[in-house]
Amino acid sequence: MSQLAVEREIDRSKMTVSDEVAIEIVNMNKWYGAFHVLRDINLTVNQGERIVIAGPSGSGKSTLIRCINALEEHQAGKIVVDGIELTSDLKNIDKIRSEVGMVFQHFNLFPHLTVLENCTLAPIWVRKTPRKEAEERAMHFLEKVKIPEQANKYPGQLSGGQQQRVAIARSLCMMPKIMLFDEPTSALDPEMIKEVLDTMIELAEEGMTMLCVTHEMGFARQVANRVIFMDAGQIVEQNEPEEFFNNPQSERTKLFLSQILGH
Amino acid sequence: MSDIGFVRTEMLPEQAPPASEVGIIGWMRHNLFDGWFNSALTLLSVYFVYKVLAALVPWILSPTWDAGSLAECREILAGLGREGHYAGACWGVINERWIQLIFGFYPAELYWRPIAAFILLGVALAPVLFSDKVPAKLLVFSALYPFIFPWLLWGGTIWGPISALLGFVIGWLVYSAVDKAMSNLVGIIAGTLAAVIWWLVLSGYFVGAMDTIAAIGIEPVESRKFGGFMLSITIGVVAIACSLPLGIVLALGRQSDLMIVKYLCVGFIEFIRGVPLITLLFVASTLLNIFLPPGTDFDIILRVLIMVTLFASAYMAEVIRGGLAALPRGQYEGADSLGLNYWQSQRLIIMPQALKISIPGIVSTFIGVFKDTTLVSIIGLLDPLGLSNAIRADANWNGIVWELYGFIALLFFAFCFGMSRYSMYLERKLHTGHR
Repeated sequence: MSQLAVEREIDRSKMTVSDEVAIEIVNMNKWYGAFHVLRDINLTVNQGERIVIAGPSGSGKSTLIRCINALEEHQAGKIVVDGIELTSDLKNIDKIRSEVGMVFQHFNLFPHLTVLENCTLAPIWVRKTPRKEAEERAMHFLEKVKIPEQANKYPGQLSGGQQQRVAIARSLCMMPKIMLFDEPTSALDPEMIKEVLDTMIELAEEGMTMLCVTHEMGFARQVANRVIFMDAGQIVEQNEPEEFFNNPQSERTKLFLSQILGH
Repeated sequence: MSDIGFVRTEMLPEQAPPASEVGIIGWMRHNLFDGWFNSALTLLSVYFVYKVLAALVPWILSPTWDAGSLAECREILAGLGREGHYAGACWGVINERWIQLIFGFYPAELYWRPIAAFILLGVALAPVLFSDKVPAKLLVFSALYPFIFPWLLWGGTIWGPISALLGFVIGWLVYSAVDKAMSNLVGIIAGTLAAVIWWLVLSGYFVGAMDTIAAIGIEPVESRKFGGFMLSITIGVVAIACSLPLGIVLALGRQSDLMIVKYLCVGFIEFIRGVPLITLLFVASTLLNIFLPPGTDFDIILRVLIMVTLFASAYMAEVIRGGLAALPRGQYEGADSLGLNYWQSQRLIIMPQALKISIPGIVSTFIGVFKDTTLVSIIGLLDPLGLSNAIRADANWNGIVWELYGFIALLFFAFCFGMSRYSMYLERKLHTGHR
């Protein structure tokens, strides 16, 4: 797993981190009933950053990125996304969700709609884009994820890797400023992981702000500008990938890396 | 150790299957004569079917179509040398009374109205049932049909249905105005209130005023003249058409985060499901009059329609809740993550899938409701079953049972079987691959 995600040079010309803040999380806490899942999370993400969040299962990494688009509610602290603070105001929440794309472990495509309809639904209904324009944009992004020929099929007729690429295209059709990835390759066969990672890398090369929960350490090494390690609901360590992998500081991180990277 | 090494140099081509797997012989071997036990069962079943048909077919093939009474039927059959209780069917009763079994006591010169109503019903249903084959523009007619249908059947001034339609328009206008100015929920409440105020208070004046200006209308027909299969279809169609949207609202309400809405829905569903339909019908026919102010003329068929609809919608709500529960959480999250609001995600993502999953249950409920309409005979409405009792009271036909019930059963079967086949067609059409 320590190997590279793709055997090619990454084009870093557009992978620049700006000074503008995309996401700001201040002293955020979350409980599931009595269970304290996220403890005092402080995290600032600048535009153009590519952050990989790693950690053992149950460490709260998925919950953290799901809080960013309010799929999970936080109970204390502050989350500001693209200048809008997440409160219980539904209009704010819908606004933030339309600016933040999300890719799920199990794709969550809509099985009763074709691939093209999956991609045009939100632009048409949320952004009020004219149908023709939405379809053109959808085809543009389907070409980008290299499956334009599947546009009129239903998700159930595609392979897992293809479905996940459709899911990425569906998010991109909303022209999001930030993309969240929640273990996008964990439900895929090894042969299909690469095609999804390829798509994600191309997205990073265009300068997209990305937060990825993933176990693909090769991807973290090649693409991320920051790796965050979480355990027991808190951020244990964060660093540039080079430092993070070669010179981990905390014992917990060392143990995790030795297990995930093998011998 | 080199003998474990193996590399395939060419892939095997596909070969034709053996004769025992395909064709009529293969089919029979698999389905009818698969082992001695199955073969014995097959032969036994064939014998059973033969015995049933041998008894039934001669009874059905009975030349009594023109007989004017049961005694005449017996004479005809005796003339053919067929004696005994089950010598043959007496179809004369159907010949004489089929119009009554279908239209009840509806005035004969106005038969064109229910006939037109039911033909138009087909036109209104076509774009809903076969959305891919019928132009969507017809949906406008489908939306107007609920106002045409009662007007054709009951007659009266045309301003009645127009006023009812106006209520919806007013409700919608108020809703969209308030929704823009304030919040969505307030808009829904205000719109509903405005419509209800229109219907209960203002509509009467409007109809009265318009009637004096321009009295356009057709001859009114009283509810007590309704009967027969026409009544069954009327109750069935209204209950089916209204219970589906009501059921959806109740199912969503039951899943709502708003406590009051949730418990209102749960209470309603559990209460209605816990009470037999017969009880509700008795309430409609007798008890309701006690609570209404004296002198109110609240049409009996309307009361029955409301009760049957409420009854069906409670069942519908639970069927749809089953469909909602079968959807993975990811579908809600997928819709949420794209920024769709609650109503958009319900309408575009959740309901199309939940309803598709629930099709067998929904159609079962439809069929059940349609057959339950025969219960109205107990509160004195002359549906086909009620009429069959009335026909037996006629001295000519005293003693006729199977022919009437058989005819009624055939009519109901045709409709229920049609619904069942349609649901299978719909399931096939909506099937979009795995998951």
